[in-house]
Amino acid sequence: MIPGVSINEILTLTSILFFIGVYGFITRKNLISVLISVELILNSSVINFVVINKYLYPELLQGMVYSIFIIAVAAAETALAVAIIINIYRRTGSVEVKETETMKY
Amino acid sequence: MEKVIFYILAIIMVASAVAAVSSRKMLRSVVYLLFVLMGAAGLYFQMDYNFLAAIQLTVYAGGVVVLIIFSVLLIQHIEMELEVAGKYRQTISALICLLGLSVFLATIYAHPFEAAGVTTTTTTAEIGRALLSFEKEGFILPFEVISVLLLSVMIGAIVIAKGGMEIERPLMKKNDPEKILQKNTKEKTEEKIPEEKNRCLK
Amino acid sequence: MNLINLLLIPAIPFAVFLVLGIFSHKIKPAVSGVIGVAGLATSTLLSYYTAWQYFFVVEKINGAYQTFVEKTLWINFTDTLHIDMGVLADPISVMMLVVVSTVSLMVHIYSRGYMKGDDGYTRFFAYLSLFTFSMYGLVLATNLFQIYIFWELVGVSSFLLIGFYYTKTSAIAAAKKAFIVTRFADFGFLIGIFIIGFYTNTFDFQLLNDPQGPAILTWASTSFMGLSVITWALILIFIGGAGKSAMFPLHIWLPDAMEGPTPVSALIHAATMVVAGVYLVARLFPMFYMVEDGFALQIVTYVGAFSALFAAIIAITQTDIKRVLAFSTMSQLGYMMMALGVSGLEGHEGVGYMASMFHLFTHAMFKALLFLGAGSVIHAVHSNLLQDMGGLRKYMPLTHITFLIAALAIAGVPPLAGFWSKDEILVAAYANSQVIYGIGVFVAGLTAFYMFRLYFGIFWGKEKKYKHTPHESPASMTIPLVVLAFLTLTAGFIPFSELVTADKIGFEAHLNIPLAAIAVTVGLIGILLAWIFYKKENDLANRFASAFGLFYKWTSHKFYFDEIYLFVARNIFFKNVAAPIAKFDRKIVDATMEGIGNQTVVLSRKIKGWQSGKVQDYAFGFMGGLVVLIVVFIYIFSN
Repeated sequence: MIPGVSINEILTLTSILFFIGVYGFITRKNLISVLISVELILNSSVINFVVINKYLYPELLQGMVYSIFIIAVAAAETALAVAIIINIYRRTGSVEVKETETMKY
Repeated sequence: MEKVIFYILAIIMVASAVAAVSSRKMLRSVVYLLFVLMGAAGLYFQMDYNFLAAIQLTVYAGGVVVLIIFSVLLIQHIEMELEVAGKYRQTISALICLLGLSVFLATIYAHPFEAAGVTTTTTTAEIGRALLSFEKEGFILPFEVISVLLLSVMIGAIVIAKGGMEIERPLMKKNDPEKILQKNTKEKTEEKIPEEKNRCLK
Repeated sequence: MNLINLLLIPAIPFAVFLVLGIFSHKIKPAVSGVIGVAGLATSTLLSYYTAWQYFFVVEKINGAYQTFVEKTLWINFTDTLHIDMGVLADPISVMMLVVVSTVSLMVHIYSRGYMKGDDGYTRFFAYLSLFTFSMYGLVLATNLFQIYIFWELVGVSSFLLIGFYYTKTSAIAAAKKAFIVTRFADFGFLIGIFIIGFYTNTFDFQLLNDPQGPAILTWASTSFMGLSVITWALILIFIGGAGKSAMFPLHIWLPDAMEGPTPVSALIHAATMVVAGVYLVARLFPMFYMVEDGFALQIVTYVGAFSALFAAIIAITQTDIKRVLAFSTMSQLGYMMMALGVSGLEGHEGVGYMASMFHLFTHAMFKALLFLGAGSVIHAVHSNLLQDMGGLRKYMPLTHITFLIAALAIAGVPPLAGFWSKDEILVAAYANSQVIYGIGVFVAGLTAFYMFRLYFGIFWGKEKKYKHTPHESPASMTIPLVVLAFLTLTAGFIPFSELVTADKIGFEAHLNIPLAAIAVTVGLIGILLAWIFYKKENDLANRFASAFGLFYKWTSHKFYFDEIYLFVARNIFFKNVAAPIAKFDRKIVDATMEGIGNQTVVLSRKIKGWQSGKVQDYAFGFMGGLVVLIVVFIYIFSN
């Protein structure tokens, strides 16, 4: 636990980061920007896990170990996303979200 | 003292995040993300989770951001300006996000968290033992699953990125699939329904 | 008595209809003719066997023939009010089986020759089988609703057969007219059925005709506008019967129905379908006789007598030979109705009923013979009109002799069948009312006159120029003629009064010599007048016609009834009732439905835009919905 800082403040911080990520995900027009927003969301949830582990159950390890896993999965997902983006770039020449609209009505 | 450091870190993180999602230049957006990640690492250091902070810096800040930078470099000119969404979309999204945020905050502040005041340090040895132990508190199964996942991701990334199909010409604006789809749907909606003939009573 | 036969008799033609109908493209015409004839021959043999069993083998109870019923419940309205499906064996139904089978078999054999080479050969036999099945069902019906069902089926078969040459507009129009007029009459029939069902709580014939049953015992209990409701119901049912039997004023469809092929006219519009009305009245005879002292029965008498007279007058002036025969049928049906009307119920008083049924039997034989003979002539000369024929006796001897036999029978010359049946009718009429008797005698004279006008006009007189020399018809067409002629000669000697009577107890009928002599004399006078007018070509007929002047013109146009009906239908019904309703239907009802459809399409186009294919939009919706749901569930519902 960080002395002097209550859990509410840290949880506030992570919520703000989460919603900034959501805003970016919904608003941005570039695929890579969308990817960055997803990273923000994941990151904020990792901090959440860790904080709750540290403040409420300090003798347990679950939160931290699980965070390691989340980080691993996030990295893996980013790698795949980048591969897909490169493929889309090869096919259609741009990385706008507009190019992935083929599932419309 | 710690409180001050925490607040500085928090402000840096929030500011960088906002900048990351609203920046018009690609590379700057990535760098702002990097700042956010480093701020998070700082938070972990403050909380005495050294191992986790190290992993954060190594994997996230070192691996993921570098990967994104490479893809940015591959894909477009660095000086290119990005488009942003229209005003309508921005405001509605902001409203939704604010609404959600207020819901979260209300829930958080309404809940009585009983913080245990104990300070313990977790050593790397403990973490290692926990990751590989078979007993009740062991994480051997998720560990193995993660390794399989990483293997499949590696294979998948190679397969996807390899392509193997013929390389299309870049900037195919003429045969834009979206425009073709638009044309097709327009044709169909302009068909007229033929009127029924009147039948006389004879 | 074995009632399985009664179930088989209609089932066989129905099966033939299905087979011929479904496989009509795959069966060769010759094969379908054989199938049709074979099926019907089987039914005919079964009918004869049943008749023999019923009349001569099965024991009578108290001297009366028993009624055998086999039925199953079909629709249950209440405990007593239900519709059954079944078969009923009764003197008149068994007799009708014999009539229908014989005439239908003759027509089937005849059609093999007459319809040869026609494109719709298989279809014709399928329809003939359908008709025969429907007629069997009608005569074997056990309750009012079942008879109504088969009544409509017979009407449908008639429609299909009249409009058989569906490329001819006149045939289609005639088919529609027949169906619509009879349907109009059946509307009355249906209301009558409903009234009876409502007040007596049963449709079953046995219960209705029972003197202790709900209909007859309690007829006086409810009355409406001066007459008992049961009487009203009977009058309405009679309207239905009058439509089918072409009584005045619902007769307009019968002359037009001659647009169908001649075998059809012989089967349906001479011998079987048109007698359905007479059969219906005979079936419900105890009710007609006993309810309100036979009020409804008097109406039957007057309508029948008037129709007989009306038709006989018109028949004198017609030039199309089939039209003459059609009006002759209408006149004879009037005779049958009249006979039923003047009849009593018990013993000798029931001579009218017996005579009516006897006349039905013999009339079927000789009228079918007349029509088939006319068909033979038409086949040879390729024209329907009397002025195109003449002197055919040299070319078609067999047709000539059989036609002569039938004409003598209908004129009432002894010892042929028509004499015996007509005589019994006149005896019954005389016992009831002198006026009716007088009309009957006059019509007998007219009948002889116009029938022999037809005979002399076709077979004697000057020969016309024929396209190719007429020749006798092939064997398939002449064999039925011979068989029917034989029946006409011998049917008069059947002791009908022992077999078919109103109370099912046989009695011995005596020949009333004075009345018989009067009838025969009148008939011979008619034949003599026709001889004078028509045997050799002369101007006597035309002079007489111009002497009658306007009356002649009216008669030859059938008293303009067709024109009156057409005027009423067009100007009143179509213009003022049907057209506004049609307009309402198109402009308002259809527009509303289409409007709803259009609005749905417009709405769907708007909603379509939500499927934009962009993941961000979906995420947006997801987040928004999630937030809203959380707000709703946590903050609103848990308070």
